[in-house]
Amino acid sequence: MDASIFEKYQPVIGLEVHAQLSTNSKIFASDVNEFGELPNTNISVITLGHPGTLPKVNKKAVEFAVRMGMACGCTINQNSFFDRKNYFYPDLPKGYQTTQDKAPICIGGSITIKTSEGEKLIRLNRIHLEDDAGKNLHLDGEVDTLVDYNRAGTPLIEIVTEPDIRSSEEAYALLAEIRKLVRYLDICDGNMEEGSLRCDANVSVMLKDAKEYGKKVEVKNMNSLRNVQRAIDFEIERQIGEIEKGNTIYSETRQFDTVHFTTHGMRTKEELNDYRYFPEPDLQPMRLSDAVLEKIKSEMPALPQALFKKFVQQYGLPEYDANVLIDVKEMALYFEEVCNHTQNYKAAANWMTGPIKSYLNELTMSMDQLSLPPASLADLIALVESNKVSFAMANQKILPALIESNGNTKALQIAESLNLIQTSDSNAIEPIVMEVLAKFPDKVKEYKGGKTGVLQMFMGEVMKATKGKADPKVTTSILKEKLEA
Amino acid sequence: MKRYQSLSEVKSDLSAGKISCESLTNYYLENIEKKKHLNVYHEVYTEEALQKAKEVDAKLKQGKAGRLAGMVIGIKDVLCHKGHGLQASSKILDGFVSQFTASAVQRLMDEDAIIIGRQNCDEFAMGSSNENSAFGPVLNDIDNTRVPGGSSGGSAVAVQADTCLASLGSDTGGSVRQPASFCGTIGLKPTYSRISRYGLVAYASSFDTIGIFARSIEDTALLLEIMSGADEYDSTVSTLPVPAFSKLPELNKKLSICYLEEGISSEGVNEEVREKTRATIDWLRAQGHDVKPVTFSYLDYILPTYYILTTAEASSNLSRFDGVKYGYRSPNAHSLETLYKRTRSEGFGIEVQKRIMLGTFVLSASYYDAYYTKAQKVRRLIKEETDRILSEYDFILLPTATTTAFKLGQHAGDELSMYLADLFTVQANLVGIPAMSIPNGTDKQGLPIGLQIMTKSFGEAAMLSFADYLLRQQ
Repeated sequence: MDASIFEKYQPVIGLEVHAQLSTNSKIFASDVNEFGELPNTNISVITLGHPGTLPKVNKKAVEFAVRMGMACGCTINQNSFFDRKNYFYPDLPKGYQTTQDKAPICIGGSITIKTSEGEKLIRLNRIHLEDDAGKNLHLDGEVDTLVDYNRAGTPLIEIVTEPDIRSSEEAYALLAEIRKLVRYLDICDGNMEEGSLRCDANVSVMLKDAKEYGKKVEVKNMNSLRNVQRAIDFEIERQIGEIEKGNTIYSETRQFDTVHFTTHGMRTKEELNDYRYFPEPDLQPMRLSDAVLEKIKSEMPALPQALFKKFVQQYGLPEYDANVLIDVKEMALYFEEVCNHTQNYKAAANWMTGPIKSYLNELTMSMDQLSLPPASLADLIALVESNKVSFAMANQKILPALIESNGNTKALQIAESLNLIQTSDSNAIEPIVMEVLAKFPDKVKEYKGGKTGVLQMFMGEVMKATKGKADPKVTTSILKEKLEA
Repeated sequence: MKRYQSLSEVKSDLSAGKISCESLTNYYLENIEKKKHLNVYHEVYTEEALQKAKEVDAKLKQGKAGRLAGMVIGIKDVLCHKGHGLQASSKILDGFVSQFTASAVQRLMDEDAIIIGRQNCDEFAMGSSNENSAFGPVLNDIDNTRVPGGSSGGSAVAVQADTCLASLGSDTGGSVRQPASFCGTIGLKPTYSRISRYGLVAYASSFDTIGIFARSIEDTALLLEIMSGADEYDSTVSTLPVPAFSKLPELNKKLSICYLEEGISSEGVNEEVREKTRATIDWLRAQGHDVKPVTFSYLDYILPTYYILTTAEASSNLSRFDGVKYGYRSPNAHSLETLYKRTRSEGFGIEVQKRIMLGTFVLSASYYDAYYTKAQKVRRLIKEETDRILSEYDFILLPTATTTAFKLGQHAGDELSMYLADLFTVQANLVGIPAMSIPNGTDKQGLPIGLQIMTKSFGEAAMLSFADYLLRQQ
């Protein structure tokens, strides 16, 4: 489609993000809450909705929802209550979902995202608690549908944004930010492939000078950040195309096709269920006292934006470095620990974003699998700074050995045993320099003729001769001294 | 064996060695057999009850028996009892076996009560005559052409016909008190939330209570005391301390009592019921108590409010019976939609289907505010007015039911006249206050008449003492 046609339209997007809370037990029952178990093993009579059963609210789930609310600057509703959302589906054991319609636990709030055009505030409408459904399974070769109720009753928070998002890029950034937040808050593992973080997008387009939003279409079934972006892009283009053809956009729910990156209609909103919401009579309204809120507040972990600020302002890191560090919670927290053992923050950041990250990538390990104590890394940094070993040797040889030993062997010890301690003794380096210069009289002439670039070649030769142990700074000054004499 | 009126009579004969729990249980089992035509029990736990009786006899010898040793009790088919069938008298729960025991039932068992069987009732406790059971109606033991009342009809007749000493029923709009009135037993509905609802099949969650049928106030009080109180499985249950109901407090003061005059004098009330109620009021006055008529402005709104809210909750509570996970599944289903439609059309009886449809309607988006929201507001007004009256008076008196037991089939095809049978009982459920029905004489045909006492929330102790006082004058 022609770019000038795109230019006429403004996409308007809102997200509904579901996060499964990583509590030990389910939201209304004491069954174990665990992904990947054998089907229908974590199902008590309460989860199955047997007659006579009653729900009981998991306090941890409430606390987790409040944490997310506090992180997003929401108003915490001290008198929230649950409602029933009634509909029939085999994966819904009670015939209704227990959710929060009229009085959600968190109201308002916002999340700041970073886009290519700078920072932008996305307002939240609410965050509410609810229970997850089971899963219908259509197995190959099976005529019948099977149902696994393990997931039923898993605590969820649903984060609902205002329609403040204007592009798929912003949607991507917001979802990435939400994933980062739930991980920092330790309330959800943020895994979209396993479905612990799920996202529906409400997408509409309107002419740029229009006063009213277009009809919104809900897109479901995106199982990765990339697919959320793809689905929205597809949907924007489809809707503009329809309007350009003179067609009307209908309010409907569309499914994202993860193979062809397209969306297709599921059912129109008009034909949708009337959910007949009403207050859940089996649960008391949830009263959250000031004391409870104070306690949750006092136990809030450090959040990415606060760490970003600290890294930039207190540690003097460039924004780029700080961003890379806070992207993964474990990375940021590890870096903080390293900084407790060294003053050389920039070097520490370089080590984290360089060698450590590469090491993990190479072995496809995650940060939390790294067995190196932060103090050992600080030790190694100090060793390089004191010119005892070169950065190259420290990176290539000492770091792997250090990690191998789980930090039990000192960096210096490793350097010594691997014979990597640099020589900064000029009396030892000078004869080698003289040998090298004698070996390449032509190059010496070139240098003297102004081609100072050959200095690197001489350095290389000295390093070769010393097996990399000559202190580069000392070597350089001796080389220059001899060449310029 | 004699017809025991209370557990203390049983206990005294037990300790005198005149009877054993085993012989007593055998006596009730024989009575159940003799009274089979009344259709009281869905299931009789013969072997299990006798086994438990022997255990209790042994415990009694060792002096280790619980407080309910010698109490043979039946339970309405809406209470969960682990390893036992549970059907709420509905086809939709065909073959269902409960995997846990209701908290209230467990507490009775822990005190060595002997559970003798599971009792017939209206399907999902919806009805006032016990004619809505998938297992056929229960007959009134005084006149087999008459209903026992409902919905806990089986539990009332069980006590009336001496097939057990006491029964547990459930009361959502009068389902314990009205059959107690029709069968001449005592029937108590506690304050909402006084007894855990865990293990009670839900009809209308914000109204449902577990209630008691007994022949004596002391047994009623003891059972209430044992079942009441906090329960980790019901987060709506009251955590208030449980008074020692079984030690009935003395009524040594002059009471202030009111009665709803429009209720007693309304034309729907049977003349003999009215006379007996007035006679009791006159007697109380004669005893020097302060007895006054009061007006209750919302009498006309009680039934509509009750039926809107209870059917709304029921439509949701009964959604889980869909043929997917347990119970009845239509063999004629060939798609998801027909699975739901056929299973529920074939599994639920007509009255239950009517209430599900009514409840679905009042919760639907276009009518929600006109019905559900409005009814919630009226419920609050009814509560406020009732609470105001009870701040001035100790008790409110009314007939329990407008009539005595009516004929089987008498209200067939005329639900509204059937619903009127609950006119006086639903107020207590709307408000959440405790209420009970006690025998108040009989009409000329010998059919029992009930008197209803209502009091303020958690005022069961005084209510029981007052009921005891009234029964002693008879």
